[in-house]
Amino acid sequence: MASGVKPRVKVPKTASAGETITIKTLISHKMESGQRKDGDGNPIPRSIINRFTCDFNGENVIDVVLEPAISTNPFFEFEAVVPESGEFKFTWYDDDGSVYEEAKSVEVS
Amino acid sequence: MTIKAATRATTAIALATGLAFAATADESADLVVNGEIEMVTRTAAPEHTENLDEIISGWVFRSDETQQLQMDDFDNPGMIFVDQGMDQWNEVAGSAEKSCASCHENVEDSMAGVRAVYPKWNEEAGEVRTLAMQINDCRENQMGAEKYGYTSGQMANMEALISVQSRGLPVNVAIDGPVQATWEAGKELYYTRTGQLELSCANCHEDNYGNMIRADHLSQGQINGFPVYRLKNAKLNTAHARFKGCVRDTRAETYKPGSAEFVALELYVASRGNGLSVEAPSVRN
Repeated sequence: MASGVKPRVKVPKTASAGETITIKTLISHKMESGQRKDGDGNPIPRSIINRFTCDFNGENVIDVVLEPAISTNPFFEFEAVVPESGEFKFTWYDDDGSVYEEAKSVEVS
Repeated sequence: MTIKAATRATTAIALATGLAFAATADESADLVVNGEIEMVTRTAAPEHTENLDEIISGWVFRSDETQQLQMDDFDNPGMIFVDQGMDQWNEVAGSAEKSCASCHENVEDSMAGVRAVYPKWNEEAGEVRTLAMQINDCRENQMGAEKYGYTSGQMANMEALISVQSRGLPVNVAIDGPVQATWEAGKELYYTRTGQLELSCANCHEDNYGNMIRADHLSQGQINGFPVYRLKNAKLNTAHARFKGCVRDTRAETYKPGSAEFVALELYVASRGNGLSVEAPSVRN
């Protein structure tokens, strides 16, 4: 498992119904491309986050495939319409099989 | 030379050639972090910085996009390392089985204002100490733990964590009394030309700030934002690592990070920024 991996998300705590909100996410990850070689000339195996998804109350908001050219600590900023109170669920998939999850609730007033 | 003049010059070129010039900084922008911490990025130079009228944070010299990264903690990639520093703060290490928190408890309270006055005189040790030296002294003598490498990632993390507690406070490094001799030595170094290119710190950062050195927009070389997250290497960089890079770029054999020379230089350069806000971890290119 890659070390020092920590997901973070920033979601407004409240919104009005139908409002478009901005969501920011960042996961600390070294995103080793697989193209580099170590001191002895051996390739360093690829180790990246290869997929990121966001769901709201079970409905998919965004589903992203990440490629090796994406640099360290990938950051995503996107918008979502909030029809009702609920929970955003964020999931990152690591090459090594690890899955990192984070959830944030939004209150619609 | 003012940035104003340089910016006008580049604008003229951009108009003449029809090219947008991405390296041009917005010189009138204000730095407010998280919409609440107001930073002083320009102020009158302290009396001992006799060749400058105004001191200017390196933030002013960066592009709009880079500037914005520092205005929100979620956008600032340096904050990742502050988080890691927090983990280190609470991590028990060494023969004394203590963590930083065992003695200093809550970092928000115990380290508030600390970064703003370093490097400073340590009476017991009878020497000028940088923050890094103090951290390693704690690790070695209080915790019985292994020292961090002077410019290592862990050291940068810890410096960043401690610096964040002083964000927005003015740098206020003492230059008189017991530190005066060290300060004078640092000043001597600042104005000494080194390397095959025969450049002193002052040649770039005092005589030519605001000008372009090939693709780089020269700043005043202030260190109020250190440790700094650099986009070029995607990590935190310490002041001594930056000094080393600069001296190397003059094509000289550099002093070692943590050496007496660099400690003196850090004290002198820090004092040139007296009055600017502590920005660490800042974002630069």
